[in-house]
Amino acid sequence: MNSEQKEHAGLAETFNKDEDRVNWHDETLWWIRQKRDKSAHNIPEWETLRNTASAIKNHVLSNLHNYLVEFEANAKANGIIVHWAANAQEHNQIVHGILKEHGITQMVKSKSMLTEECHLNEYLAQQGVDVIDSDLGERIVQLAKEPPSHIVLPCIHKKKEEIGEIFHENLGTPAGVSDPQVLTETARQHLRETFLTRKVALTGVNFAIAETGDFVVCTNEGNADMGAHLSDVHIACMGIEKLIPKRRHLAIFLRLLTRSATGQPITTYSSHFRKPRPGQQMHLVLVDNGRSTQLGRPDFRNSLKCIRCGACMNTCPVYRRSGGHSYHSAIAGPIGSILAPNLDMRQYADLPFASTLCGSCSNVCPVKIDIHDQLYKWRQVIVKEGYGNKAKGVGLKVMNWTLSSPGAYHTAGKLGRAVMRIAPFAVNNPLNPWYKHREMPQAPKESFGEWYKKNRK
Amino acid sequence: MNSREQILAKVAANQSATLSLPADVTFTPDGDVLETFKAVALAVGSKLFEVNQVSEIPGMITEQFPFAKRIVSPLPEMAVIAETDLAGINDPHTLKDVDLAILQPHFAVAENSAAWITEDRMGQRIVPFICQHLAIIVPVQDIVATMHQAYERIANADYGFGGFIAGPSKTADIEQSLVLGAHGPRSMTIFLVR
Amino acid sequence: MTVGLFIPCYVDQFYPNAGIATLQLLEKLGVNVVYPENQTCCGQPMANSGYEHLTGKCDELFVDNFSSFDYIVAPSGSCTLHVKEHLHAHQYPEKAKHIRSHIYELVEFLTDVLKVDKLPARFPHKVGVHQSCHGQRGLKLSQMTELVEPFFSKPLQLLNMVEGIELVPLDRTDECCGFGGTFCVAEEAVSVKMGKDRVADHIRHGAEYITGADMSCLMHMEGILRREKSNVKVLHIAEILNAG
Ligand code: SF4
Repeated sequence: MNSEQKEHAGLAETFNKDEDRVNWHDETLWWIRQKRDKSAHNIPEWETLRNTASAIKNHVLSNLHNYLVEFEANAKANGIIVHWAANAQEHNQIVHGILKEHGITQMVKSKSMLTEECHLNEYLAQQGVDVIDSDLGERIVQLAKEPPSHIVLPCIHKKKEEIGEIFHENLGTPAGVSDPQVLTETARQHLRETFLTRKVALTGVNFAIAETGDFVVCTNEGNADMGAHLSDVHIACMGIEKLIPKRRHLAIFLRLLTRSATGQPITTYSSHFRKPRPGQQMHLVLVDNGRSTQLGRPDFRNSLKCIRCGACMNTCPVYRRSGGHSYHSAIAGPIGSILAPNLDMRQYADLPFASTLCGSCSNVCPVKIDIHDQLYKWRQVIVKEGYGNKAKGVGLKVMNWTLSSPGAYHTAGKLGRAVMRIAPFAVNNPLNPWYKHREMPQAPKESFGEWYKKNRK
Repeated sequence: MNSREQILAKVAANQSATLSLPADVTFTPDGDVLETFKAVALAVGSKLFEVNQVSEIPGMITEQFPFAKRIVSPLPEMAVIAETDLAGINDPHTLKDVDLAILQPHFAVAENSAAWITEDRMGQRIVPFICQHLAIIVPVQDIVATMHQAYERIANADYGFGGFIAGPSKTADIEQSLVLGAHGPRSMTIFLVR
Repeated sequence: MTVGLFIPCYVDQFYPNAGIATLQLLEKLGVNVVYPENQTCCGQPMANSGYEHLTGKCDELFVDNFSSFDYIVAPSGSCTLHVKEHLHAHQYPEKAKHIRSHIYELVEFLTDVLKVDKLPARFPHKVGVHQSCHGQRGLKLSQMTELVEPFFSKPLQLLNMVEGIELVPLDRTDECCGFGGTFCVAEEAVSVKMGKDRVADHIRHGAEYITGADMSCLMHMEGILRREKSNVKVLHIAEILNAG
């Protein structure tokens, strides 16, 4: 299937062919949501932290120009080489340029959703550079030749038996081994060799501090640090929205981030990189790739507050039952659905519709992005810009229903059965998607209006 | 215009009118700081020992880590059991066979059991990550309640690299089953000094 | 006090009993209720599908029908929320504003305006309560499990006044049922799966009835229950509060 044709409803329907797997996927992510709840409920000031984090991020976005300049100056003073990339392509070229300069064809990379967004691995592969992802989950999907399905839990869609099979084929574990302990140990040994032999390491960035030039990378596995501290060249890539003003603001964000993500009180490692190690080169690539455009959309700019915790995915009842790949975008789930249309409105026109607008995402979001309101607003923009048809897999019936209603009111003066007859739950035929797995409501003897006329007049 | 100028110009044009920075917040939870620290440390998979003096630690380490062939520590008190000249190492790769590293962070945080350590206390940046097992020494008076107090203490310290470390390295990437010992240390032992 | 009764289109056509119960209950509580017969729809199905810009006629008609009442009450959290957030009328902005700030979903009207503290209702059955998202997260009819805030629930407050009722616990107290307006057909597979899971939670805990403040969610769940040949029934909360 080429990417032009991908749309959420169809991919979700395919995912739902295996109901047991859907149940398993749903339960696994719901469990993480519950761990998040437990952790949050241990912090009485939780909502104040969210409000404060949100306000800090709003402030940063409203003053982003100056913070970028301040951060750059401090990072440079600390001995970091700073690059600016307007888009994904430039980002990839900058990274490749650094590798070329050092005559390097192998690189180890820790988790960075930005490089997924920029499709860095594919680009470097074309240039003959071999990239090994060191986060266990990312390594697994990399071996499986799949994109991550979740920003925090890249292989949450894979069962351990499938992972065992991948390891058997690629890393030589005996067939049938699926014990997570054994598989993790195998990956540890295999990647240790990689860490020890790679001269260039790339990492993502969770937070960058304007005041000091620090950038902070959070992992549980220690893979970012293993790569970075053993490398001759450390490249860190970040979106321009990752800035926060002061070091002390990290207190708020680090309190929120991992509790929201997995329910842990903090990640095992929260590493603050400030200056290269003596003899090391440290590069930082600041990437725009559509962010400055999103900043200019008042209704959508605060999506840039996102700290990529993944909580909105774990809580999303649709994500849990459609899987990350159904969003056909580097960032899946509710947040992906409000970020992707900014990058390509036509290709991602379906995503804002892949939601019931239940609002749970906005409630778990540690930086209080009004995700479900933005989904609603994107729908309005997408329809007005003429991309509405792509957005509707099942499409036309819905269109007819919705479009004809105002006209019908207008001419009929009131809602008659004529309108209700084309409402989806009123059409009793097997082509009607409502009827596939649901009975139609039973038509009563009389409508409320008719009853009222008889009984109250 | 180069990309830098182009991005900055577009950001300047598109950002909203300045919204104010909120007032600083800080919280000090009820509950005993030491008890909270211990409970959280155990919950994230660390091991705890309480000692009266640092001098008790080398003996305990020999007992706890009989298999450890190469032990490193920048702390002079550990010289009886560990290599202590780490600053002189030029190539961090030579630390690949370290079984145990013993470090003393600046302080630890009760709410998440994270310990703050900067590179001057690591010997080499790679030490706390490449060792198979990590042990840290935390005097009980060096435990603060939350991350707010932690950053008050860090303030504008000048470091090249620093980090919070909370427990052994771990992953739950395979079906959410927790496995200790991902790429970093397989275990974290905390010696609390009363 | 005169209340304008707004009966959403699908309630009018398919669930008149929910409308009748709402009317009778309000009358029982001494409220003067008028049902403007010209009423149609709030425009939500269009707006949620991205056609908010075409809902102007709907909005004007709504304003014509309802701007003269002290309060507007609807037995639907979803439609109420839509009117509250999106009703605009270019010619009569003041009237639209009055409606937006005086429209209430039935449950919140009972607890917040009438401040009902007892009801003459009896319903000796095991009942599971479905928290519809628009009512709960939009209108804040009850506390949301995501937030670290004190618990409250306006629907439970009322249902606890009903004699003989036994409310069953649920594993997921406020998960979406998957109706979602046009989502129910545009994303048929996920919508149905969400509905099946929600219904299963109620059945697992022994519910004989599933109730809630939004008939649309209940209609979706009823479709699934009936397809599964389940004996479990759905009832709008007004029907239980008016029972006995
Ligand atoms: S939108 Fe909010 S909840 Fe979702 S990943 Fe970003 S910060 Fe987390």
